[in-house]
Amino acid sequence: MNSGVYMSMKFRILKNIFRQGLQSMWRNRGMGLASITSITAVLVILGLVLIMILSINNVVVEAKNKFDEIQVFLEDDISTDELHRLEDTIRNSEEVLSVMYQTKDQALEIMKEEWQEDSYLLEGLEENPLPNAFKVKVKDIEYSDLVVDRVKELEGVEDIVYYKDIIDRLVLFAGYIRLGGLAIIGILMIISIFIISNTIKITVSARKNEIGIMKYVGATNGYIRGPFIIEGVLFGLIGAILSVLVVNYGYQYFFNAVSDQLYVLFTIYLVPPTSLVKDISIIFAAMGMGIGALGSLLSLKRFLNV
Amino acid sequence: MIRFIDITKVYKNGVKALSNVDLNIGKGEFVFIVGASGAGKSTLIKLLLKEIEPTEGSIYLNGEDITQVRGRRVPHIRRNVGTVFQDFRLLPNRTVYENVSFALEIIGASRRDISRKVPSALNMVGLGSKAYCYPDELSGGEHQRVAISRAIVNNPPILIADEPTGNLDPDTSWDIMDVLLDINRRGTTVLMATHAREIVNTMKQRVVAIEAGRIIRDEQRGVYEHEVSHIEEHI
Repeated sequence: MNSGVYMSMKFRILKNIFRQGLQSMWRNRGMGLASITSITAVLVILGLVLIMILSINNVVVEAKNKFDEIQVFLEDDISTDELHRLEDTIRNSEEVLSVMYQTKDQALEIMKEEWQEDSYLLEGLEENPLPNAFKVKVKDIEYSDLVVDRVKELEGVEDIVYYKDIIDRLVLFAGYIRLGGLAIIGILMIISIFIISNTIKITVSARKNEIGIMKYVGATNGYIRGPFIIEGVLFGLIGAILSVLVVNYGYQYFFNAVSDQLYVLFTIYLVPPTSLVKDISIIFAAMGMGIGALGSLLSLKRFLNV
Repeated sequence: MIRFIDITKVYKNGVKALSNVDLNIGKGEFVFIVGASGAGKSTLIKLLLKEIEPTEGSIYLNGEDITQVRGRRVPHIRRNVGTVFQDFRLLPNRTVYENVSFALEIIGASRRDISRKVPSALNMVGLGSKAYCYPDELSGGEHQRVAISRAIVNNPPILIADEPTGNLDPDTSWDIMDVLLDINRRGTTVLMATHAREIVNTMKQRVVAIEAGRIIRDEQRGVYEHEVSHIEEHI
């Protein structure tokens, strides 16, 4: 047999498999709806979890940027020489990105600005109680402890304030959310694989005779398996498309509603909907088809050992 | 063509279905396998179709030891063996034509090939005019003709018929036998397991009698006789 003839034979076999898959999908549309619904539900929940994880990641990144400052308060009686030496020492640390000196007067000005109408309260102060300070930025918040430990020992340092605790807690929290989300997705995936495999099992047993005959006339396992896998994969794909629509439009609606309602502060932490569509489409399509194929294979496993 | 060499089959539940069976069937032969239910006829056929594996011994089909053939090649072996069953096994939602073309579709035959081979296979069994009927519009005998047509459409060198007349009345059974004989005359080796005493006795073909998993008789132009020997034992 030459390769051209062989290829066209393979192609015809493939075409048959496809046609049969579509036919059985149509015949089986009632149960198919159950499969599609379950896949859609799983993927929509996956989408929500994804959005949540991404948003929390955003919050964490924002927080890291905002709170990665270490404030080193200095003793009042520090000399200029000491001040310069201290600044150099801190600046020369490998982990330090920048050091900014803020005098007690500058600090008071900033405070007044922040307090706005309540700033008259500060007028009554006889002398400025705020200390001079270095504002130190580290390259990564993970280095904070290291830098703080080192700077604390230095001459002329009165106190150090930094926010690593908060950030740590936030990171931990984000981790829990991620784990919880993944666990939920995992459980739902198993459930929907189970539902798909049951749906396909119904098709398989409805076509038991046909499969038996196929075996007797010499159909390969691949030929018999093919239509069912296509059926499962198509269920998955339809579920994926539906869930992409639901998640995309649902989230867009929610996002716009929240922005309109003055909660702009909140939306800056949310991932923008437009950046999601492509990724979500790819992830959902892959997962939907994977769930479908796996479900089909499971339902056929026992069956093909004839 | 078909050779069983010292075949023993013990099922998992301990039943010894065949013990040390040797059987040699040449190209173009017509062979009846006779014996009571449970004698081992079905086991013999299942072994040929590789539905089950022998416990011991080897089976040669067209010069190949099929007991050594594994998984993926099994379908290709089955394509060389047409099969017909007592219960016809047609697909109810397909026409006669589609039931027959089915056997060609799965091996990826071209449209032209199918449109040439299917009508000729249907004419062979005398069903050319019913190509577009559905199985429920056909009689029992016609069902079996469709099944035979499907079994031979791929032109296999061997046709196995497992009690093909078991569900048919005597007249229809004879029609089916005529078809099988016709196919045999064209060079196909036919192996038929049966209980139909009258058919066996009239056809005067080779008869292999099995009892309790052993071949007790193998005669050219043989007769059924099983019942007779039974009666003699009682006398």
